[in-house]
Amino acid sequence: MAKPKSAYSIPTKVGKLDTHIFVVWVDNEAGVLARVVGLFSGRGYNIESLAVAEIDQTKNISRITIVTTGTPQVIDQIKLQLKKLVPVHKVADFKREDKKVIFKEMALLKIIGDKKKIEKCLKACKTFNPVILDKTKQSAVIQITALRREIDKMSKKLKSLGLISASRTGAIAMTRGAEVFK
Amino acid sequence: MSKLYSGAEIVFKSLEDQDVEFIFGYPGGAVLPIYDELKNHSSIKHILVRHEQGAGHAAEGYARSSGKPGVVLVTSGPGATNVVTALTDAYMDSVPLVCISGQVPTHLIGTDAFQECDTTGITRPCTKHNWLVKDIKDLSKILHEAFRVATTGRPGPVLVDIPKDIQFAKTNYSKPKKEKKLNEKINNKFSQKEIDELIELISKAKKPVVYTGGGVINSGPEASKSLREFIRLIGFPITSTLQGLGAFPGDDNQFIGMLGMHGTYEANNAMHDCDLLINIGARFDDRITGKIDEFSPNSKKVHIDIDPSSINKIIKVDLAIVGDVNQVIQATIKKLNNKQNGLRDSNKQKISKWWEQISKWRTKDSLGFVNSDKTIKPQHAVKRLYELTKNQDTFITTEVGQHQMWAAQHYKFNKPNRWMTSGGLGTMGYGLPAAVGVQIAHPDKLVIDIAGEASILMTMQEMSTAVQYNLPIKIFILNNQYMGMVRQWQELLHEKNYSESYSEALPDFVKLAEAYGCKGIKADNPSELDSKIKEMVDHNGPVIFDCHVDPNENCFPMIPSGKPHNQMILGPNDKEENKITEKGKALV
Repeated sequence: MAKPKSAYSIPTKVGKLDTHIFVVWVDNEAGVLARVVGLFSGRGYNIESLAVAEIDQTKNISRITIVTTGTPQVIDQIKLQLKKLVPVHKVADFKREDKKVIFKEMALLKIIGDKKKIEKCLKACKTFNPVILDKTKQSAVIQITALRREIDKMSKKLKSLGLISASRTGAIAMTRGAEVFK
Repeated sequence: MSKLYSGAEIVFKSLEDQDVEFIFGYPGGAVLPIYDELKNHSSIKHILVRHEQGAGHAAEGYARSSGKPGVVLVTSGPGATNVVTALTDAYMDSVPLVCISGQVPTHLIGTDAFQECDTTGITRPCTKHNWLVKDIKDLSKILHEAFRVATTGRPGPVLVDIPKDIQFAKTNYSKPKKEKKLNEKINNKFSQKEIDELIELISKAKKPVVYTGGGVINSGPEASKSLREFIRLIGFPITSTLQGLGAFPGDDNQFIGMLGMHGTYEANNAMHDCDLLINIGARFDDRITGKIDEFSPNSKKVHIDIDPSSINKIIKVDLAIVGDVNQVIQATIKKLNNKQNGLRDSNKQKISKWWEQISKWRTKDSLGFVNSDKTIKPQHAVKRLYELTKNQDTFITTEVGQHQMWAAQHYKFNKPNRWMTSGGLGTMGYGLPAAVGVQIAHPDKLVIDIAGEASILMTMQEMSTAVQYNLPIKIFILNNQYMGMVRQWQELLHEKNYSESYSEALPDFVKLAEAYGCKGIKADNPSELDSKIKEMVDHNGPVIFDCHVDPNENCFPMIPSGKPHNQMILGPNDKEENKITEKGKALV
């Protein structure tokens, strides 16, 4: 055992990491995203993806969806720290494996290639609700919605079929059924 | 009703409605309209500091000794950046501050204008919340909200950044809302079931200990009263963090001293061996817990705190009660008293063996030191200071380092709000400006800053403030010519490589005192110590006391880094255990 020379303790074993999706309802005001993101960077939590948009114009409410990983203790902390922020109204957190919640990401894929190739691409994306948003003789922009790892897989697979550029959103989430998160 | 007020007027009207009596500040270009308005508001007195950091710490001292929020007023750019240290300090130690900063006019924001900085951006991580006022119509609402956020729940600093054009602009003023709407950020919804569980644990415990922190002080003087009643009722030993000192009388037999890195042998061993640990308003700071994996391994843990994010942050607890300390203790006392089956006696019976064990630990006399009749030992100096000032209501502030720990160990506090020290952030230079703020809040009381010669030089300029306002603060410097705590760590952990911890060219503090227009006293002999301390206390005006102490003295006991509570290094009286390099060191 090395002799500790620091004025601080030595890090102890790290627990199991889980991936969680946080949904945060906030006042849509200047700097609110910086507060949320700053909380993550300042306390050393990581952000896998982030999606933000205003969802209620009259009440001025935005919904932020953050995908993060951490030990159960860290996940707990993130939730409690988020709740302390003044512009935060409520915080929901779901495990990625949670069957009661739908998680979706959207991707825009630009394919360069002939008609045949584009057809192949569309076929490959079949299960991910492909929509053609733009089409020329030698290119197409396809929109798909899927889970993160499915999009990962697709973008790998489509490389050989002419995928030249991909743009992706962060994950967004919605509970199944009639229940609403309070 | 429809009278229009300028932004600067609204600032003062809001402060008046929030019952603010003092502002600590420093003028500059971007706050001139507010300073211009000052003369029209006689109920608010402005204290001109010499550096904005001093304003922040003075406001902290004011807040911590009075229980009211401290108000700071600074200009844009450097004014705001200088106050960042104090804001962070207040954030770490949960001190309610409202900082108002000037900003360049709105149309210049983002243009790198003169004395412009992104104040809300810079202070976002060190405030509970901050606001940039972009519309004069929002100003009064934001100011009232600022006071509410700073003082409710777990208190802390807030900042309101007001651009210069907003200070000139005119609008209606709206008074603070009287209704006490329960804000969702305030968590005081503990249940009777939780109280019952706590009482169940209390009645079963054989080796209990109560560990209290600054939350008791922040809950108000009533909380300290409740705590005393509660502890007498259950008969448990009680230990306290650095910030919690004074909540329970320091000279009481049930008080087993401060715990943590420089805590007493009995307190730390009790923490380690206990079977029930009741944390009231403390946050399991790393200076308290030592090695997490071996922290109090066999105890049921209860945590009472107003901040839900403090619970399970570092130490997992078995019972969490989220609520205001005073109300939780009151509810527990009530329930305990209703239980007529005499928990009082039976429980005390059960823990008598535990008290015997604690008495054994006490015989170690872990705060002991080898006194000398040639040089003044710093511990001795603090002890004499305590003995010679304990007959009056004395307020103590400190800087950060060895002297701070000696003060915490050897000065006994009997009342809350008498002890102001920078714990979380550990800000050298805190004590002098804090003493200024304390003296402002308590003009007729004795206020002493127990200081180190290195710390004091960081905010020395505030002596000028003390002289300007006739504040009779006493700066009691334990002068060992070293950054003592740094030197101690270097001696014990870095093979005595005293890298840059010796101050080669210290000022003559007596002459320095005279240069500031106050009294200087120097002592370097134990025989003259008492009479000179008396001279300091009796002097009606600010004093700098240069107390030359043994430069080689270390602060013991000490839990070295990454060690559990039962592996402390004790002082020179306990030689065989005083070797950090040997295996099994200090193991008892």
